[in-house]
Amino acid sequence: MIMTQEEALYKYCLRLGDNALIHSQRLAEWCSNAPFLEEDLALTNLSLDMIGRAQSFLKYAAELEGQGKTADDLAYRRSERQYYNNLLVEQPNGDFAFTMTRQLFVSVFEMLFFEALKKTANDMIAAISAKTLKEVRYHVAHAEDWVIRLGDGTDESHFRMQKAIDELWMYTGELFEMDEVDKVLIMNGMAIDLESIKPEWENYISNVLEQATLDMPKDIYMQTGSRKGIHTEHLGHILSEMQYLQRSYPDATW
Amino acid sequence: MLRDVKITSEGYEIILTPTYTGCPAMGIIEEDIKRTLNEKGVFPVLVKLVYAPAWTTDWMSDEAKEKMRKYGIAPPLHSSCSSMFAVKNKIACPICNSTNTALISQFGSTACKSLYQCNDCKEPFEYFKCH
Repeated sequence: MIMTQEEALYKYCLRLGDNALIHSQRLAEWCSNAPFLEEDLALTNLSLDMIGRAQSFLKYAAELEGQGKTADDLAYRRSERQYYNNLLVEQPNGDFAFTMTRQLFVSVFEMLFFEALKKTANDMIAAISAKTLKEVRYHVAHAEDWVIRLGDGTDESHFRMQKAIDELWMYTGELFEMDEVDKVLIMNGMAIDLESIKPEWENYISNVLEQATLDMPKDIYMQTGSRKGIHTEHLGHILSEMQYLQRSYPDATW
Repeated sequence: MLRDVKITSEGYEIILTPTYTGCPAMGIIEEDIKRTLNEKGVFPVLVKLVYAPAWTTDWMSDEAKEKMRKYGIAPPLHSSCSSMFAVKNKIACPICNSTNTALISQFGSTACKSLYQCNDCKEPFEYFKCH
């Protein structure tokens, strides 16, 4: 059975919304815990940008589903196997080097992705993409600044940065994975071929790492599964925290 | 932010374009609009958010920018996002007008602002980021 366009579009929006939502949750964990005040503000600002993006995509997904759900329903009442975020964004924050490495990998991808997606045949996705691109450019600048400063920093910061890059590398392949959803939407001009932005991503990352005096990891086995809703052990914990209120008090409203 | 006002059979439709996707003030702005119009006897009021064309600081009028500066926030300088990362741009202090200012952080108290400090009058201030 070939997936219908509606179903594909719905799943695509879930994926894009979930990527933003789960990443924002991770960044929010830094609130009041960041190395210093200005960075606390920076990380939570990034998180807020992503929450806005998640709201936009999940609201649209709920409309496409046509069952009267809201963005909140989708965020707070789905379980792990119904989430489609990349494995990379659910990884623990680790130390600051880890968080900035994850940020670099993800934000550079998103910058190239949304730049291409702006031209989609779907008006709503094009509009959200145009908005997102403006914000994501600031995210890239922030991550890049830190990766270079820490990589080309002290012995300790360099060591921590290289460790983060080496350990998170195996999650980067999945960013470019495509499945039935992408296939159907690419045919209708609504999604982009992720392979087309991969070389530019690799190039950009390679340049930043070189400036940071860090080594680019060799190609290795890449983790996979999120396209099918199969996640690492971390997502369950993230959701149990994020969904605690709604699950304890299902009828609660503002 | 206000793009259009329509009078339909369902009521009064106020069409807004949000600034930042995650702007938490959007909810309050919507409520304020509804409340103000209702107080003047205008209802029902429906506030609709339209995402395209994407909001940009270009749409801020000179009058609005001056109001912002008087309030103490340095208004957005450039109209093109390509010069967004030109940290070398000297942002004028909204309090003493000196351009001898320094960027403390790209991220300020809200998503739309950066944090600066004036090296002359020593006051910290925020700059509305070009968007």
